[in-house]
Amino acid sequence: MIDINESVMQFLLAFIVVAPLIGAVTALLPAPPGLKGKSPEQAVLRHGTTVTGAVLIAAIVLALGFDHDTPVKAQRMQATTDISWIPALDVRIHLGIDGISLPLLVLTALLTFLCALYSYFKMPSGPSPKAFVALVLVLESGTLATFAVLDLLLFFLAFEMVLIPMYFLIARWGGEQRTQAAWKFILYTLLGSVVMLLGLLLIGIKAGTFDMVALATDNHPALTTSVQVIAVLAIGIGLAVKTPMWPFHSWLPDAHTAAPTVGSVLLAGVLLKMGTYGFVRILLPITPDGMSTFAPYLAAFAVVGIIYGSLACLALAKQGAKGDLKRLIAYSSVGHMGFVLLGIASMTPTGVNGALFANIAHGLITGLLFFLVGALKDRTGTTDLDTLAQTTGAALYGRAPRLGGLLAFAAVASLGLPGLAGFWGEMLALFGAFDPADGLSRPAFLTFMAIAAFGTLLTAAYMLVVVRRVCMGDTSQHAQHSEQGRPELADVRTYEFAAWTPLVVLTVVAGLWPKTLLGLTDPAVQQLLSGGTR
Amino acid sequence: MSPQAQDQAASLVQSVDWLAIAPPTIAAVVALAVLVADLFVDGRKKALLGWVSVAGLALAALALLPLLDGDRSTFCLTGDADVCSYTADRFTLVIQFLVLGGALLAALLSMTALKDAGKDAGGDTDKALPEGEFWFLLLSSAAGAALLPASRDLATLIVALEVASLPAFALVGIKLGDRKSSEAALKFFLSSVTATAVSLMGVSFVYASTGTLHLTEIATRIEDVDPQLHTLAQAGVVLTLVGFAFKTAAVPFHFWVPDTYVGAPLPVAAYLSVVGKAVGFSGLILVTVIALPSYADVWGPALAVLAALTMTIGNVGALRQRATRAYSAVRLLAWSSVGQAGYLLVPIAAAAYSEDAQKAVGSTVAYALMYAAVNLGAFAVAALVARTKPLNRISDYRGLYASRPLAALVLGFFLLCLAGLPPGIIGLFAKVTVFSAAVEAGLGWLAVVMAVNVVIALFYYLQWTTLLFRAPEGEPESHRVPAPLTAAIALTAVLGVALSGAPQLILRFSDTGLF
Repeated sequence: MIDINESVMQFLLAFIVVAPLIGAVTALLPAPPGLKGKSPEQAVLRHGTTVTGAVLIAAIVLALGFDHDTPVKAQRMQATTDISWIPALDVRIHLGIDGISLPLLVLTALLTFLCALYSYFKMPSGPSPKAFVALVLVLESGTLATFAVLDLLLFFLAFEMVLIPMYFLIARWGGEQRTQAAWKFILYTLLGSVVMLLGLLLIGIKAGTFDMVALATDNHPALTTSVQVIAVLAIGIGLAVKTPMWPFHSWLPDAHTAAPTVGSVLLAGVLLKMGTYGFVRILLPITPDGMSTFAPYLAAFAVVGIIYGSLACLALAKQGAKGDLKRLIAYSSVGHMGFVLLGIASMTPTGVNGALFANIAHGLITGLLFFLVGALKDRTGTTDLDTLAQTTGAALYGRAPRLGGLLAFAAVASLGLPGLAGFWGEMLALFGAFDPADGLSRPAFLTFMAIAAFGTLLTAAYMLVVVRRVCMGDTSQHAQHSEQGRPELADVRTYEFAAWTPLVVLTVVAGLWPKTLLGLTDPAVQQLLSGGTR
Repeated sequence: MSPQAQDQAASLVQSVDWLAIAPPTIAAVVALAVLVADLFVDGRKKALLGWVSVAGLALAALALLPLLDGDRSTFCLTGDADVCSYTADRFTLVIQFLVLGGALLAALLSMTALKDAGKDAGGDTDKALPEGEFWFLLLSSAAGAALLPASRDLATLIVALEVASLPAFALVGIKLGDRKSSEAALKFFLSSVTATAVSLMGVSFVYASTGTLHLTEIATRIEDVDPQLHTLAQAGVVLTLVGFAFKTAAVPFHFWVPDTYVGAPLPVAAYLSVVGKAVGFSGLILVTVIALPSYADVWGPALAVLAALTMTIGNVGALRQRATRAYSAVRLLAWSSVGQAGYLLVPIAAAAYSEDAQKAVGSTVAYALMYAAVNLGAFAVAALVARTKPLNRISDYRGLYASRPLAALVLGFFLLCLAGLPPGIIGLFAKVTVFSAAVEAGLGWLAVVMAVNVVIALFYYLQWTTLLFRAPEGEPESHRVPAPLTAAIALTAVLGVALSGAPQLILRFSDTGLF
């Protein structure tokens, strides 16, 4: 770490949350003289890249300044700001980061920047880029705020803030069936989050404060077990819809299939994490009793999600199933989030650390996968596996070796190959389930663990089928087509390299040195499970 | 008035605190002045009357300022100075501000509407809206509505209710020779009069069982009513509430709303949707929380059920509006206003169960202030669109962003405030206060019903919002926007944005005692 003044840290965190909002407003205004660029479109896309870039730099500096060496400080919230905003509702602008939120914050800033960079060169087809940039920036602000705020009602506000931008991103810049998919997305998540609000209010009113830190540290006798059970049920439903947990997942495949590339990347990479983050930040420390009541059920649903997601993927990957690649990755997300939930449900430091690790890994890998599939769609005009593969396979290795290689890399990372990021999170989550917290039924969790482990095999199976059908195959068949006037597949372009390399590098780094991430999360998780974050 | 003079006067006649009653009085006096002036003002200078009325309403609102320092009461019983008919406490001032501000905005909208109607009619005086009468009616209704929250006895309450309503009937039917307008007025009139009659009967029952009309007195005496009269008192409570439920447009007294809103001139619909509702719920609050706290077990469940029904039926009604039907925009706003009335009732119902009834009621007041600003704003933009597209279908709003980017952004903001989603932050927090009132009172089922309703409501609000930003169908045409309309839109937009930044401005009412 480098030593940075506390007030600078405070400013940086506030800047990270507010800057995208200001950027969104200014994106709607005409460009000032001197920044007009070649055309208004180019100017506003450049503006988006600049703002997200600045936020990313701020996030990196914040991460560098984060003190994770001193044991006492590593457990605490850092860069905290605490200002009263709405005294009537007891809402405070309480910001702060610890080892749990910091990685997610950086991941969000990184993915949004890469998306902005990618769109600068490859704007999704649809109406004006002005609105596109503004919406992406509002989305970024909402997600960053979700990870940075420490007040329950502010958390709800940030949670809701992403709905409208994401709705418009899908509905206006999406592919087929986008209107329906966008509606499904917003209505499902809103219903979930309104129910979540009821739970948050119940906690806040009973305990007399909405402050997460105060709620997590102090002992609130008013939060009896029965109150906690109701609160966990209500909040859990809201978070489970967002995560998404089986059986609340049905909005996800549609949203992913219809969303533009950038939308899919942000949805999978960042938005889903808001749900799991809520479980860790709110439910585990504030309502431990309610959580342990529901933990076995949560684990059971998580395991069903793992198996269900994998089976759905296997079915989609089959020849003749008319499987859509984006839909397949969406279902694989359901499975991956199942591992995250299983880790959380174990309520042990190992499991929760694994869940947080799997969160980040999923953001990196699935983000990369969606980028790749989006690039494939731009080149071939389809994401339909059968159309792509035809009888023998799409033969990416032969036609566009770099693209094929990257796709194979991402697929292998996603199935959890040791040495890449996907491995550690799933393994730690399984370890967590192997030895769950006191008070949880060990035999049940052992069963869950066994089933989840079987799920990793299924994951490997469908990922390898996808690789075989997309990357391998007979080039001569496609060569014939190209003679008939079909364009050859272009290999990875420079800007694509620029957008994807950070994800590839981080996937490898996180796989080889998991300690960089675990060293950050572990002190905070230990503190969280033993009596709240200070 | 000096203390000595007060003493002398008190012994002979009732002393009147003119400062306390200034807000409704100014509105009433200006109303009469405008009516008289109408006779002497030349046809071309009729616009002057509009400005006088706006100024009068602004003056009435400014008259609230000197009252801020403390509670004042007047028209007290000579025998007992604590029992008064008119009280200007915080609750009164807030509602009076809401009513007068709402009327002011409606007046700004009306100026353009009257001018346009005059232009369309050409020289034909039969078709133009009669300006002098219009302003008189609007101001008198506003005066009645401003009197209502201050009334502290049932007689004044009913009189104020009628002063607020009777001019409203005429306003709805003011489009001469318009069959729809007269039909709407008749519908509104008949149903309203029935409701008032029922209410009056309720008042008489309450009076019969307690022997007093003063709200605070009723509160104490109704607790030891003769057991034989117990049923009578209970029936009286329920019947009294009916009249106010009607004004709030609570189900099943909501049938008049869509047709009346469509038939009335647009500014009048805007006025009814805000001021009419304010009249209804402030009356409900006074009767329930002040006069009948001991009967909470009667009106509490009744209002809770009413709230659930009202929001559900209102939102489902709004959901069923087809975008291509004539006047569907106003129809949708009408149905959605029924749904919003349901949210307004939730904290009042919660007041029956909660230990701190005033705090719960404060949530209603905070929500109503948000709703007033935002809903009037939505009506203002609707009035703007109606100038070029008189049929005012929702599909007419398609591509508004291309022709009027600011108006489209502002309308989108208002609709999202009504839906309660960011960027409409104030809408979100106003809903949060209502939810928290329900949760605090232990009305979990009502909170869940409301949660489902919020989702239903989002569907139609967002559908409309999306349409604003679609590609326009034809060439966008631009017209000059008249100054009063611009002022109304700008005022509501600034209010909405300012409140989103500092929600405490109105949410503080949900935290402190109002009476």
